[in-house]
Amino acid sequence: MDKKNYAKIHSIETFGTVDGPGVRFVAFFQGCHLECKYCHNRDTWDINKGNYTSVDELFSNILKYKPYITPNGGFTASGGEPLLQSYFLISLFKKLKREDIHTAIDTSGMLEITDTIKELLALTDLVLLDIKHINPDKCKDLVGFSNEKELAFAKYLSDNNIPIWIRQVIIPGITDNKEDLIELKKFINSLKTVQKVELLPYHNLGEYKWKELGFEYKLKDIRTANDYDIKRAKEILNI
Amino acid sequence: MDFKQWNDFKKGTWTESVDVRQFIQMNYTPYTGDDSFLSDATEKTKKLWNIVLELYKKEKENGGVLDIDTKTVSTITSHNPGYIQKDLEEIVGLQTDSPLKRAIMPFGGIRIVEKSCEAYGKKVDPEVDEIFHKIRKTHNDGVFDAYTADVRAARSSHLLTGLPDGYGRGRIIGDYRRVALYGVDFLIEKKKENLKYLDPDCFDESTIRQREELSEQIQALEELKQMASSYGFDISVPASNAKEAIQWTYFGYLGAIKEQNGAAMSIGRTSTFLDIYIQRDLDNGSLTEVEAQELMDHFVMKLRLVRFLRTPEYDELFSGDPVWVTESIGGMGIDGRTLVTKNSFRILHTLTTLGPAPEPNLTVLWSTRLPEGFKRYTCEMSIKTSSIQYENDDLMRRYWGDDYGIACCVSAMEIGKQMQFFGARCNLAKTLLYAINGGKDEISGKQVAPKFEPITSEYLDYNEVMEKFENMMDYVTRIYIKALNTIHYMHDKYSYEKLEMALHDTNILRTMACGIAGLSVVADSLSAIKYAKVKVIRNENGLAVDYKVEGDYPKFGNDDDRVDNIAVDLVRIFIKKLSKHQTYRNAKTTMSILTITSNVVYGKNTGNTPDGRRAGSPFGPGANPLHGRDTHGALAVLNSISKLPYQYSEDGISYTFSITPKALGKTEEDKITNLVTMLDGFFSKEGHHINVNVFDRQLLIDAMEHPEKYPQLTIRVSGYAVNFTKLTHEQQLDVINRTIQESI
Repeated sequence: MDKKNYAKIHSIETFGTVDGPGVRFVAFFQGCHLECKYCHNRDTWDINKGNYTSVDELFSNILKYKPYITPNGGFTASGGEPLLQSYFLISLFKKLKREDIHTAIDTSGMLEITDTIKELLALTDLVLLDIKHINPDKCKDLVGFSNEKELAFAKYLSDNNIPIWIRQVIIPGITDNKEDLIELKKFINSLKTVQKVELLPYHNLGEYKWKELGFEYKLKDIRTANDYDIKRAKEILNI
Repeated sequence: MDFKQWNDFKKGTWTESVDVRQFIQMNYTPYTGDDSFLSDATEKTKKLWNIVLELYKKEKENGGVLDIDTKTVSTITSHNPGYIQKDLEEIVGLQTDSPLKRAIMPFGGIRIVEKSCEAYGKKVDPEVDEIFHKIRKTHNDGVFDAYTADVRAARSSHLLTGLPDGYGRGRIIGDYRRVALYGVDFLIEKKKENLKYLDPDCFDESTIRQREELSEQIQALEELKQMASSYGFDISVPASNAKEAIQWTYFGYLGAIKEQNGAAMSIGRTSTFLDIYIQRDLDNGSLTEVEAQELMDHFVMKLRLVRFLRTPEYDELFSGDPVWVTESIGGMGIDGRTLVTKNSFRILHTLTTLGPAPEPNLTVLWSTRLPEGFKRYTCEMSIKTSSIQYENDDLMRRYWGDDYGIACCVSAMEIGKQMQFFGARCNLAKTLLYAINGGKDEISGKQVAPKFEPITSEYLDYNEVMEKFENMMDYVTRIYIKALNTIHYMHDKYSYEKLEMALHDTNILRTMACGIAGLSVVADSLSAIKYAKVKVIRNENGLAVDYKVEGDYPKFGNDDDRVDNIAVDLVRIFIKKLSKHQTYRNAKTTMSILTITSNVVYGKNTGNTPDGRRAGSPFGPGANPLHGRDTHGALAVLNSISKLPYQYSEDGISYTFSITPKALGKTEEDKITNLVTMLDGFFSKEGHHINVNVFDRQLLIDAMEHPEKYPQLTIRVSGYAVNFTKLTHEQQLDVINRTIQESI
């Protein structure tokens, strides 16, 4: 299949209000190479599932929402890991830019920065960068990969003047350890283009998807994050 | 004509003949600021409101009805003055001599009155019974004298539903502002003049009817003066200040709700009109902002006390005890100035001073050009209270000018110049099933519509179904108009709204307001037949009673033209078929796609449908997609809905939107901005109406118990969305707990 013109899309959300600024058309891309234990979109992992959508089809679909997304919103590519389908995104973003539609990518940044990705990032107005874990070992345990690539990715964004919203899922006892949060703060401070830091409280509303697909949910004994957890983490991060 | 009460007003031809719009246009002060000028409730307001709250409590404890006056037939002057607590009330007047005591209005039909009284442990006074059974004929009697057998059959099998043949039709808005602006004597004089000249050479039935009606209108205005005088006010002359303007306007409305128990008794478009009086008083120093808010609070309090005696079945249909005291707020003038005034804010502010409430039915006429401060304020109040509905002013202004109001929920009409013959609705889903079954009812098996060849194939063929469906629609529209002609002929004859019509021009536009229920069910059914395979399951008598859908098909509510165009076609075809028939008084035929909450009851009376919907399960309310069928988020639904052409559904297209606060955005500011963006987008795409529900804890608990009442309730956190009703009980509780946390 022609990678520039076709992508596997899991689903779309036309009234996205929590993945970037304003009202956003969010496309959830199928396929992810990570294995985050807390993933709430377990059904987006398998790249072999889902149907191909053409770039023209998605683009014309997005255009139908222009009155809603142009005042202060835009388009967000989420997933799954949208950067696994970068060729397609380049074609799409070129079209969106011609229509003055704001482009955002919701990614883990756990990829090599290839020329393709560089080309894509040049067309990207905002990256929602989900820091999986600031500690390399804990990161590997939580998502199956160490964090070198995503930290390098963040640095690349910073060096190339691409706006970043840092996101950190707060999983009680796993990602909100005080030392780790202090480390995270240091890292964020080293970046020049961070516009916002968002703490996302861990929830287990995606647990049923693991069961439906016949997988065991590994964070069964972990409680969901509450307002206090978020408040505490915010204080440590000084945000 | 000149009155001292008109001092400081800019004069125009409105002083010579009734023209409230011109008065408004020449004298109002547009307001483009924000809500920071608003005042809190006064001590007096709080005290008075607490008494009302106590009364509400007693009403609830008493099974929903506090008391009934079973002896006095309600007329404009029937009851002695009533008060909540006289020394605290800035605006006075109640329907009976005591708050929340309901009156009987048997002119629409004595049986409904008897049933309602019995439901609440009361009995109609024997003398009243005697009069209305033996001496005085009612609207209801008249209708059933004239109904044909086919209409009766369609009615009892729920093909035609909710027809106003045993109760007041409502949906007529008197221009109550005229009472304040002109005083009643001026209005009487104008009506007398009209009566005098209504003397053509061809002195036919319509002239005689109109002469009789005009005389009754004059009589009603005389009675209105009497009613006001019993409260100590002389409304024969214009109102001289803000307090009187509100009082006079309210008296006009009060007379109407004492005379008529209409299905919807809307108040019109009063707030910007009243602002002119308030502004004049503020400018001359005789009123403060605090006092202005107090007046509006007391006015709204009265509107919240309006009660009608209705049967429990009626309440089941429309959930609760609705009156639809709809007040239309804001909008733009045709000259480009906004019609938003400070008083547009004050009336919405009653949701804060008195707390949220479903009545009055606050309706914001939205234009993309509304002042930003007003847009944000309405959205903020929506998020806090879920008590506001929005309608497209940019769209309606093209049809109805800039002085229209909404009757009931979505019916626009030029104030004082237009009325409608309310026609409830036809069950479109059942119509489709009759087409498949050759006119037999899918539940009872009875031959309701004329017998013709049913579909006998194993799988439904789109073309065959459409051909039969068209035929069935021909039949249904014919008996539908027949029923409505009968109803409105009799309503005019036996239960004429003489006061409401006295507050209209003498020559008015009448519409025959038909409606359909189950649009999305039918669109999905036809889509399933066209794009998937639908197998018919028949019972031992050969009646199609169930359908098996094989494969997937496009569903309404996902911005998919394949099915959305089917819905659009249905709307166009149905109104064209309706319009073929001659209507009573040459009314213009219109149509609405509106069910309010009756979608639940209509669904209950409808069998399995070819889209896979199960027998008895609810339709989507109004134009909503069927519960749970939309999978592309809120804006995809809005896009589907906004394709439905207002041109073919001029009586309104209703959409109910529900969302949790978190799904609207992360911060309070974001939520407001996103809702504003959403409304701007929807209305710029020519959507007509939207109810905005932002769910709080209580609503979520209700949604857990009655999922069918809450279409499209989506729970959203970053990058993830789920339908609330699909979560397990525990997860639902979890979400509810989160929502509580959020609201603290």
